Amino acid sequence: MTTATAPIRAKRVLPGFTLSLGTTLLYLVLIVLIPIAALILKGAQIGPAGFWAIVSSDRALAAFRVTLTAAAIATAFNAVYGLLMAWVLVRHDFPGKRILDALMDVPFALPTAVAGLSLTALFSANGWFGQVLHPMGVPVVYTVLGIALAMAFTSIPFVVRTVQPVLEDLDPALEQAAETLGATPWQSFTRVVFPAILPAWLAGCTTAFARSLGEFGAIVFIAGNLPGQTEIAALLAFIRLEEFDYNGAAAIALVLLGFALVLLVVSNILQSWAARHRGATR
Amino acid sequence: MTPRPRRSGRLLVTLAVVMTLLIVVAPLVYIFARAFSEGWRVYADNILHPDTLHAIWLTSLVALIVVPVNIAFGIAAAWAVAKHRFWGRGILVTMIEIPFSISPIIAGICYLLLYGRQGLLGPWLREVDLQVMFALPGIVLVTMFVTAPFVAREVLPLMQAQGTDQEQAAVTLGASGWQVFRRVTLPNIKWALLYGAVLCTARAVGEFGGVSVVSGNIRGQTNTLPLHIELLFNDLNAVGAFAAASTLTLLALVALVLKAVLEGRRG
Repeated sequence: MTTATAPIRAKRVLPGFTLSLGTTLLYLVLIVLIPIAALILKGAQIGPAGFWAIVSSDRALAAFRVTLTAAAIATAFNAVYGLLMAWVLVRHDFPGKRILDALMDVPFALPTAVAGLSLTALFSANGWFGQVLHPMGVPVVYTVLGIALAMAFTSIPFVVRTVQPVLEDLDPALEQAAETLGATPWQSFTRVVFPAILPAWLAGCTTAFARSLGEFGAIVFIAGNLPGQTEIAALLAFIRLEEFDYNGAAAIALVLLGFALVLLVVSNILQSWAARHRGATR
Repeated sequence: MTPRPRRSGRLLVTLAVVMTLLIVVAPLVYIFARAFSEGWRVYADNILHPDTLHAIWLTSLVALIVVPVNIAFGIAAAWAVAKHRFWGRGILVTMIEIPFSISPIIAGICYLLLYGRQGLLGPWLREVDLQVMFALPGIVLVTMFVTAPFVAREVLPLMQAQGTDQEQAAVTLGASGWQVFRRVTLPNIKWALLYGAVLCTARAVGEFGGVSVVSGNIRGQTNTLPLHIELLFNDLNAVGAFAAASTLTLLALVALVLKAVLEGRRG
């Protein structure tokens, strides 16, 4: 049997396998894996008791609470805005649609520090938006709302870009059938369209949330960075580094890493669900 | 044909346009409005300030090193994964994607724990007198970590979809490995490759979190352009910060236009 398959397999193999795989593995090990291993090793050195003491300190807990709250607000915003944008871009034709579509990628292309700088100035007391919001008693800069705003901006593309292709695949005839059978447009959306895009929408929300938890550049400008109130976890880790408290920085970074990996797994599961779902509804 | 009432459609489009104007377009416009708020001369003075020029130069240098390396890595990874079958391919693909889901600031901390003075390699680096942290190598390494998936992610799916028939035909006809790649594979993936390179460049020049950990923010030495923006902002030189930011914004807009053009070509 081996004599029968071996020549066929040998013929299928293209050259350069060892070189390309070797290069890939070497690069990944040196650039990605060893540095991550250094962080995990540091965590192991701290030990469970030391780790717990750092992570459960009042300042660290407050930082996690601020980060999670703001990320939840940002994700809730993008869940609605992203869905609206995906819907409008797929189902409606209007002048300037291609520009609107291209604008959805601005938050990825624009450096986060630039976004943070601009948002901070826009919403500060003498900025375009701040001039309106401040007299109304809605301060944005130096509040959790401001952190959420920065997170929301930097994670705009995730929901739009995951829902868009699924909506494009969805046959409008399904909705027309529903409406022929007497459904209102709202009913046909909630009963026909929404179930079809649900897995992709959730996957997009998960990645948006994950990105928000790790965001740093845009937030340091707008947050004011007051310990216990507007200090995010990533910034606390950064401050610990500047104090040469490497244990403190590593422990907080490990918690963020744990969040990121769990959310990566969740988003992968949701995405494979979405892929199967797409195959079924097409 | 659509049975949906027209008025609700127009309402949704208006809502989408207004929200996008407020949250995406306004920050973009505001950057230029503030950068030029004191006129062209002040703008030019801000850009031509030696520290700003040095930051522009350093950021360009980092991109010039990182992007070609990333292209080579992306091609190697895509060639290995898309054109061959081997155990652990799925794991390899996930590993390539890892940097995308890790916060850059965590990447910076990882590198500091490895190459810093108290880091694992710290004593050895001091012995051989090699400065990685708070110097160009550290900035380049962290940027490589953060941008690792960018080219591979664009090229890999395309190479997978194209299969290996053409390459196998070329090999059968006696082409060498490099010939196959240059004459068969490269023409097929060139637009995706360029697209990945554009995204990688945009990300490399804008990297902030990771670089801020490893750079040490030494003015005129290890200050990249995004870090320089923060420095100017903290100096309360808002117009200077916006002038520096306008260069990166312009680059981002160019990247977006290129992206739109390349997406059309990629088909």
